[in-house]
Amino acid sequence: MTQFEAFVRKEFFHIFRDTRTLLIIVGMPIVLITLFGFALSLEIRNVNVAIMAKQNDPMINRLADRINRSDCFEVTDVVSSEAAVDSLMRRDVVDAVLMFDSGFSSQLLRDGAKLSVVSDASNPLLAPSEAMYLIQAVNNFFADEFEGMAQPQAGLTTNVRMLYNPQLKSSYNFVPGVMGLILMIICALMTSVTIVREKESGTMEVLLVSPVRKLTMLVAKMIPYFVIATAVLIIVLILAYTVLKVPLSGGLGLILGISLLYIILSLALGLLVSTFTKTQLSATLICGMVFIVPSMFLSDLVFPIENFPVVFKWMAQIIPAKWYIGAIRKVMIEGVSIMYVWKDIVIMAAMTVILIGLSFRNYKERL
Amino acid sequence: MADDKVIEVRNLTKKFGDFTAVDHVSFDVFQGEIFGFLGANGAGKTTAMRMLCGLSIPTSGEGKVAGYDVYRQAEDIKRNIGYMSQRFSLYEDLRVYDNMKLFAGIYGVPRKEIPARIDEMLQRLGLSEIKYKMVGELPLGWKQRLAFSVAILHRPRVIFLDEPTGGVDPSTRRQFWEMIYEAADGGITIFVTTHYMDEAEYCNRVSMMVDGKIVALDSPKNLKAGYGLSSMSQVFDLIARGALRSE
Repeated sequence: MTQFEAFVRKEFFHIFRDTRTLLIIVGMPIVLITLFGFALSLEIRNVNVAIMAKQNDPMINRLADRINRSDCFEVTDVVSSEAAVDSLMRRDVVDAVLMFDSGFSSQLLRDGAKLSVVSDASNPLLAPSEAMYLIQAVNNFFADEFEGMAQPQAGLTTNVRMLYNPQLKSSYNFVPGVMGLILMIICALMTSVTIVREKESGTMEVLLVSPVRKLTMLVAKMIPYFVIATAVLIIVLILAYTVLKVPLSGGLGLILGISLLYIILSLALGLLVSTFTKTQLSATLICGMVFIVPSMFLSDLVFPIENFPVVFKWMAQIIPAKWYIGAIRKVMIEGVSIMYVWKDIVIMAAMTVILIGLSFRNYKERL
Repeated sequence: MADDKVIEVRNLTKKFGDFTAVDHVSFDVFQGEIFGFLGANGAGKTTAMRMLCGLSIPTSGEGKVAGYDVYRQAEDIKRNIGYMSQRFSLYEDLRVYDNMKLFAGIYGVPRKEIPARIDEMLQRLGLSEIKYKMVGELPLGWKQRLAFSVAILHRPRVIFLDEPTGGVDPSTRRQFWEMIYEAADGGITIFVTTHYMDEAEYCNRVSMMVDGKIVALDSPKNLKAGYGLSSMSQVFDLIARGALRSE
């Protein structure tokens, strides 16, 4: 039995004896992905609508009544000022508002009128569909109202405004984000903790006295987490494709390739952390605070980086997850070829080389 | 006890900055000998032992372990020694058998020999029935015996024991020393640090370290006679009184 074999065997034992941790590692991504798949469904039902009209207008009343009768909408408020609309939106009482200009019906009959649909887009999946349904309902109403008279139809301009989330990020975007986070947790956090655990329990001392080579030990430590991360990656991709219907349009090969590079990068990060921490607690804290939390906030996962102050933009450049999530998003959702993500790949590869180099320099073979 | 030197040390010195942890230490240890390495905390025992195990490079002086040079052949040294640290250091979440198999693999015991060698070792220790038990479930005394057996599984020429019996009761310590004697009878050289003076009596020869220097080195009998005292404990008290540094 070679040293290497003996060592890898032992690492797998450690992981499989600790079933709870294993379940969390594998279960967490499944739960997250299915959550995004089902909880954020596209069904439109019971959308609360408010009507804003400056004056009482019989045509608007008829429209409101018609909208109210449909399954999709419920007219909950009728207000007469923009300030009131603002307040309704802020209090999250309504999902969309139909805003009529003053003298709407008379304008409409003469030289055209404007109708604004304001939609709460903090739920990016629903907002655009809600707005479209609403416009459809309005158009249907006017079509019936002016049956046989083509002219006023042309005079109606609808203007849709999305509040709070003008870019309409969809749940698709969560898949690369979840992948970036999960792989970072498995690889960086778990790897660093398992190495530091040996220091804490005193087994590292025995290993250092033994003829185990540094490289053998570190690679053997990383292999089980590499295997688990790859398995989780495949599970997430299958779920994303089947449950979320994420297109995976850039090709499976490229997605897997970039992900494997990112897995190795995260492993290297974990290795580096393990070289300068002495306890499992500090390794966990450093991984969590220094790598995982910034990965969430600076990687374009939750907040768009372009809206950040310049300092944070710079900081974001050194977050591995930022490059990974960016690249995967492009490949997975936009379906671009490798030509458009080579820069991200090169940066990630360079980071990997630097991290591995640093951790080998830091790792003390002799205590 | 032939002229077969397993450990040869001449003027071995280790400095950390201005601090000289081990100061021109010289001694020899012979094949099959039980060599006690005594000293108060901070006397430099652990640093000296680390240099001999290939964990730390000496500042100056010469040292050979199992015929290999401590500067250039640390890897060869590691292959030919066994080591048991003062902290229990087997994997608690692995079974007894898996632990033994791991270390057999690390030390390059041929694959075919591993199961037989493990069985033989367990039988000799009377631990056969716990072969598939998790190490974490065993009482401390058993764990220490197990750690010792793991350390000699690959049949090293010399085994370094760093305060191996810390924290166990006298009868368990007694059992442990029986194992040490058995291993020494089998030709394995034992290099042991301890601060239990009754254990020092069991050694063939003991060295006493004070402030990084070896101030006494002889058999317990000769040491006691030389100082005119009746126990090693008294000898140690007398010698250690001159110590300037403590922890």
